[in-house]
Amino acid sequence: MSDGPVVRFGETEFGRSKRRTEGLLRLALAAMTAAMIVPLLALILYLVIHAWPALNIEFLLEVPKKGMRAGGIWPALVGTIYLVLGALAVSAPLGILAAIYMNEYARDNWFHRSINMAVINLAGVPSIVHALFGLGAFVYAAQFGYSIIAAALTLAIMTLPVIITSTREALNSVPQAFREACWNVGATRWQTTRAVVLPNSISGILTGVILEVSRTAGETAPIMFTGAVFYKAVQRGDLFPYGLHDQCMALSMHLYTLSTQVPGVPEALPFATAVVLLGTVLSVNALSIVARLWLRGRKRW
Amino acid sequence: MSAPDTTIEVSDLRLAYGGREVLHGISFDVRRHEIFGIIGPAQSGKSSFLKCLNRTIELVADTSVSGTIRLDGQDIRRSGDVFGLRRRIGMVAPLPVGLPLSIYDNVAFAPRAAGLKARGALDEIVERCLRQAALWDEVKDRLTSLGTALSGGQQQRLTIARALSHDPEVLCLDEFSIAIDPVTTMRIEDVLKELRRDITIVLVTNLVQQARRLADRTMFLLKGEIVELGPTGVIFSDTPAERRTFEYVRGMFG
Repeated sequence: MSDGPVVRFGETEFGRSKRRTEGLLRLALAAMTAAMIVPLLALILYLVIHAWPALNIEFLLEVPKKGMRAGGIWPALVGTIYLVLGALAVSAPLGILAAIYMNEYARDNWFHRSINMAVINLAGVPSIVHALFGLGAFVYAAQFGYSIIAAALTLAIMTLPVIITSTREALNSVPQAFREACWNVGATRWQTTRAVVLPNSISGILTGVILEVSRTAGETAPIMFTGAVFYKAVQRGDLFPYGLHDQCMALSMHLYTLSTQVPGVPEALPFATAVVLLGTVLSVNALSIVARLWLRGRKRW
Repeated sequence: MSAPDTTIEVSDLRLAYGGREVLHGISFDVRRHEIFGIIGPAQSGKSSFLKCLNRTIELVADTSVSGTIRLDGQDIRRSGDVFGLRRRIGMVAPLPVGLPLSIYDNVAFAPRAAGLKARGALDEIVERCLRQAALWDEVKDRLTSLGTALSGGQQQRLTIARALSHDPEVLCLDEFSIAIDPVTTMRIEDVLKELRRDITIVLVTNLVQQARRLADRTMFLLKGEIVELGPTGVIFSDTPAERRTFEYVRGMFG
């Protein structure tokens, strides 16, 4: 040993190399994050710049004119809202209740495990396959014809597994000890679920449902097969232009039509449609964040 | 058949998780108004026995139970109303569980689950149980605040108040002191000494000195078998019947 003072926190070769690695890694990871953000910003910027000439409130409220080469997107906007709300009215209650059964009631046996597997796999079925099923089941077999109801039901079937999965995740986040404490004092499963599990998982459940809304709004294949049309004549600004057995226009479908099916459309129109679709989806997501923040503020443990 | 002073009568109770048997046919009686201590190292089947007693074991997947447990002479597995059975047994878990409800609702939860709605009766139960659990003076001015916001020791007393709220004949405590401070532990032990006048208490603990302080009789459970059951004075004496009991209570193993 040397006679000098003992240096406890001094510089060592190992310490230097450790800091070098740390710095390099941090840089590399930050660069990856930037690389991920850039295309997203570029996409939005690209859309908005091209859409700019057509973007105004009239574009939202006006109906398409001159063979869709002018005017707005009102019928498609309302159609999308109809389809999403219709789908949600079916899939949200069904999915949430099914998830409650599977999570709170079902015993862990092979039968329920296989149902669980089926749900997970169903979530991975491509939407075009759901479209074909919807065509066979709702349009023909149930004789709804090409209609909003057939399209909404198809979308509902498609979103069900995802809602079930996200609801189960929310229910699972409630600690098991709460359930056991309730069972120990002789509460039934429903009393336990209602008093303790649901109030503390509702924010997660709602978030899952709202995120499904934004996914549903963008789907094209299922509604194309079952109830969405290129063009439907409605009044400007009419809030209730469709009946459940009518066909309707939809934003995603309209975008496809403008981009590929109609010659001579001004460039700004499809881009503006895309911006509205994106705006709808993003504002629904924002709504889910607000709902989550509000409900989390009331979280109780 | 069962002696009049017997509350719980266990005979040849076997329990298996999957194929692994954890209780190997144990038989014993718990007398009325005694504090019955169950000691033993971890994995001895102490908590599993409590789960069998209030039949929450049936909520655990892949278990099989045989043998009988009688509560006041009645086979618990023949009692059709499992929820009613659970209300006859108060259960306190190792970790304090304040439900994410108000303090009032925490205690009123069980009577409400049993169908009681009258506000006056509920008020009465809440006050009585919180007093019994030595928590009333600390929370009487904030009954509407959250049970989960209480300290650990307070939550454990809240858990005891909740376990008393359905007027049980037996109060079971499963290592109630592992997550709380010594002062609160002593307070709760005083509470238990008060309560034994009204109800039977089953005290599962891995603190052997706690059993020594409180229990009238103590059972030493090891790996799913009863090593020895006798008056606490004998179990903790220099001459219990079994060598292993002597070694365990002296801290030589376990």
